[in-house]
Amino acid sequence: MTAVGLLPYADFLGISLEGERDGAPLLVMPFSEGLIGAPGRLHGGAIAGLLEIAAIAAIDATLEDGEPARSIFKPITVTVDFMRPGLLVATYACGEVVRVGGRIANVGVSAWQEDPARPIAAARMNLAIAQPRAD
Amino acid sequence: MSFTDAPPFDPARLLAGPRGGHVVALGIGYRSHGPDWCELELGYDRRLVSDATSGILASGPIVSLMDMATGMAVWARRGRFLPHVTLDLRLDYLRPARSGMAVIGRGECYRLTRRIAFVRGIAHDGDPEDPVAHAAGTYMLLDAPQ
Repeated sequence: MTAVGLLPYADFLGISLEGERDGAPLLVMPFSEGLIGAPGRLHGGAIAGLLEIAAIAAIDATLEDGEPARSIFKPITVTVDFMRPGLLVATYACGEVVRVGGRIANVGVSAWQEDPARPIAAARMNLAIAQPRAD
Repeated sequence: MSFTDAPPFDPARLLAGPRGGHVVALGIGYRSHGPDWCELELGYDRRLVSDATSGILASGPIVSLMDMATGMAVWARRGRFLPHVTLDLRLDYLRPARSGMAVIGRGECYRLTRRIAFVRGIAHDGDPEDPVAHAAGTYMLLDAPQ
């Protein structure tokens, strides 16, 4: 799970691993100025970015050590629902792997701020797991 | 300022104005717009990739680009910079964006009701006939009657 920091876009958003929740990596995105959208609110795209990274981290956590999973994940569909405005505070996200097959992974993921029972956004992602290249 | 005297919407001025935040951090810029659409551009940036080896952009920056482009299309169609929030946004990735290429996001507001704006759009890296992703979504209009 330490591989979370290897994703350059996660570093760009300031995301780090906070621990785990129900066996999946729990990620935190502390507030920073570069995440602001409308005045006083987080940008929906930054929240979507956190959801994506938590979804990939959740799949990574199900794989054996050493599998080059991230480099061979390709998003097919990403559907984000926004429930509440993101306040200018830390945001948490944790993914729940629905299925990891040989070709496709299905993941659900939600993001919250103060209260995990009151998500600010949730997403479903379907990703292709490409075969590792032979070279 | 009441909603009725909100200024006419000018996406070029909005993006060029003295603002920071996520759009500036990502480096999203204005390209063009029309009565119900807006086109923005996300320059290639290695800090936004999902994998350092391939250099392919992560999905998140493209979601941000399409959220901005479709949101601006709603303002363009309404003609005013009125408050709204994204209800949902879906992206279908047809292929990865080419490493090193800017991604262009074109959003369109194809239906407007009293409370909801329906949007769609494409992201491409040079040829609109060969898109990277299709987007579809909805916005809730916050100044709409309850």
